[in-house]
Amino acid sequence: MKSIPKLPLAEWIESLVDGMERTLGGFFDGLSLTIETIVDFFAGLFLLPHPLLFIAIIGIIAYLIGKWQLTLFTVIGFLLIDNLGYWTETMNTLGLVITSGLISILLGIPIGIWSAYSKVVHRIVSPLLDFMQTMPAFVYLLPAVTFFSLGVVPGVIASVIFAIPPTIRLTYLGIKQVSGELTEAANAFGSTSWQKLFKVELPLAMPTLMAGVNQTIMLSLSMVVIASMIGAQGIGATVYRAVTQLKIGQGFEAGLAVVVLAIVLDRFTQNLFKSKTQRGD
Amino acid sequence: MNQPLLQVREVSKLFGPHAEQGVPLLKQGYTKERLLKEKGITVGVGQVSLDIREGEIFVIMGLSGSGKSTLVRMLNRLIEPTAGEILLHDRDLRKMNKAELREVRRKSISMVFQKFALFPHRTVLQNVEYGLEIQKVAKKERRDKAMQALELVGLKGWELKMPDQLSGGMQQRVGLARALANDPEILLMDEAFSALDPLIRRDMQDELLELQEKMKKTIVFITHDLDEALRLGDRIALMKDGALVQIGTPEEMLMNPANRYVERFIEDVDLSKVLTAARVMRRPETVTLDRGPRVALELMRERGISNLFVIDRGKRLLGVITAEDASRAAKSGAGLEDILITDGPRVAPDTVLSDLFEVTSSSKVPLAVVDEQERLLGVIVRGAVLGALAGEHHEAKEVSPDEVHTEIAVSRVD
Repeated sequence: MKSIPKLPLAEWIESLVDGMERTLGGFFDGLSLTIETIVDFFAGLFLLPHPLLFIAIIGIIAYLIGKWQLTLFTVIGFLLIDNLGYWTETMNTLGLVITSGLISILLGIPIGIWSAYSKVVHRIVSPLLDFMQTMPAFVYLLPAVTFFSLGVVPGVIASVIFAIPPTIRLTYLGIKQVSGELTEAANAFGSTSWQKLFKVELPLAMPTLMAGVNQTIMLSLSMVVIASMIGAQGIGATVYRAVTQLKIGQGFEAGLAVVVLAIVLDRFTQNLFKSKTQRGD
Repeated sequence: MNQPLLQVREVSKLFGPHAEQGVPLLKQGYTKERLLKEKGITVGVGQVSLDIREGEIFVIMGLSGSGKSTLVRMLNRLIEPTAGEILLHDRDLRKMNKAELREVRRKSISMVFQKFALFPHRTVLQNVEYGLEIQKVAKKERRDKAMQALELVGLKGWELKMPDQLSGGMQQRVGLARALANDPEILLMDEAFSALDPLIRRDMQDELLELQEKMKKTIVFITHDLDEALRLGDRIALMKDGALVQIGTPEEMLMNPANRYVERFIEDVDLSKVLTAARVMRRPETVTLDRGPRVALELMRERGISNLFVIDRGKRLLGVITAEDASRAAKSGAGLEDILITDGPRVAPDTVLSDLFEVTSSSKVPLAVVDEQERLLGVIVRGAVLGALAGEHHEAKEVSPDEVHTEIAVSRVD
């Protein structure tokens, strides 16, 4: 068999991206502005109080939703970050994570619900999610940069693409897992579709759904660190710089800040839903 | 009372490609097997018609796969019928739009499920409130109604528990309360007690009957258990392969089975729990109080019996006299009122035979069967009870039909 000439896949993608940039430029600019505003808002909010006041507030929240162990870890961890001098960077990163996490959740939950209700949507969304999750994360950075240039915004966009699948998948799964008897009962009493969704299906899907949200936040944190390669500010940039300059000590310190942030985010999102189910609503 | 509240007219549920094409074929008399073989259409329920009357417990009985659960779900359109009419107060449920159907489900027809189907994330009270909550009933009002419903089923004090903290029997009481809180006209109970263990199940059956005394709802009860059907049902519909085999009172079913299938279904039934006093009583020999003891003695000699019931002109039972006492009175010149035994045993016509054993064996005089106005309907002599259980169903023929329940007329066929 003679060798078939290589398909010009790379060229096609490039021309597609070029075309989109030309036609949708205005839309991308608007989106870019919105995302930047949100990130700045959160980062500004977290940097507004004195670090010690912020730590005190976050400690109180930790105590309210978890146990004293979580409070202790959170307070000590954040004091350490402040002490090492990475406070601003960490808060910037937190702003990025919260923004991309929030966008992922706000988009992901409705898409998950929709695909649970419609087989067609599920059939379209499911392979897309497979694609999004298996494509190496760095690849998203390139088109993001093309459309939104360097900086925070492409970082957020890439994080959303990378982090949204668990929320969609587990929302879908959570709703599908609600037993047919319960939805039948909801129907038998004359619920509207919205009543059935909000009073029966979503509350019962909540533990599964929250596991998805937790995963999404963790993934967006890991992506935000990678996004520093394209100019997103934050602790990731510090890590990246340390690595390129072979400053092992600094790299370790900044890495430690990421770990603290990761553990706190993980425990917070886990406990948030646990305390909710314990209350029984 | 006997007005059909819910009328089911030639309702079918067919499954498969082009299922609706099977309906005319079914009307032409195609069997279930033929439809499946030639057209690939499965019959879930085929051409069922029945009337459900206001205030009755209507039991739909059948083995699994008989289509009974499908049928009951078509009554509130949880399953869409392929063809037919379902008339509630003469309005066809199948012609209703979504909003109208929701109204019916909210106000008129509630359902109790086999596996309870309680919402695990809601408290007992919140579960019972659900039907009212989605109707946007004010919080205070729905709380009050839910509490009343919980009190009715005996769960007062449990309202803040979660469903999984309750036993099976209690969970199903919550299910019942949830259905009752809407104050529906019709309760659909789909194998409501089948998931409970036998003792609890009996209790729940008794309680349902007790509740029904107070509420007078129309209940459609699905079961695969014949004993349950006989205990609860005012009327029973037996289903097989998606079709009705027989509809009738429990007695009609037992005494006059429509075919071999019904016969086989009922052959193990404990008759003593189904047959009633009305079935085994004989025509009473009576005398009025103004006659003398000699007339009474003469009557007894004529009929060859040793006692007589004394009634007034309104046929009300006054008491019983024995031949011995009558002959003594005839000698001493006393009247019938002097020898009247007024504390003899009396039972209602719907008393089941198993409750009669003790009374008949301990009493010297025969058992009087009286209605609510104390009017004498019949007499039960020792031996008649055992005779009936042994399969002699013919005693009742001697009783004049106008005095006895209509069920007896049916048994004359055999």
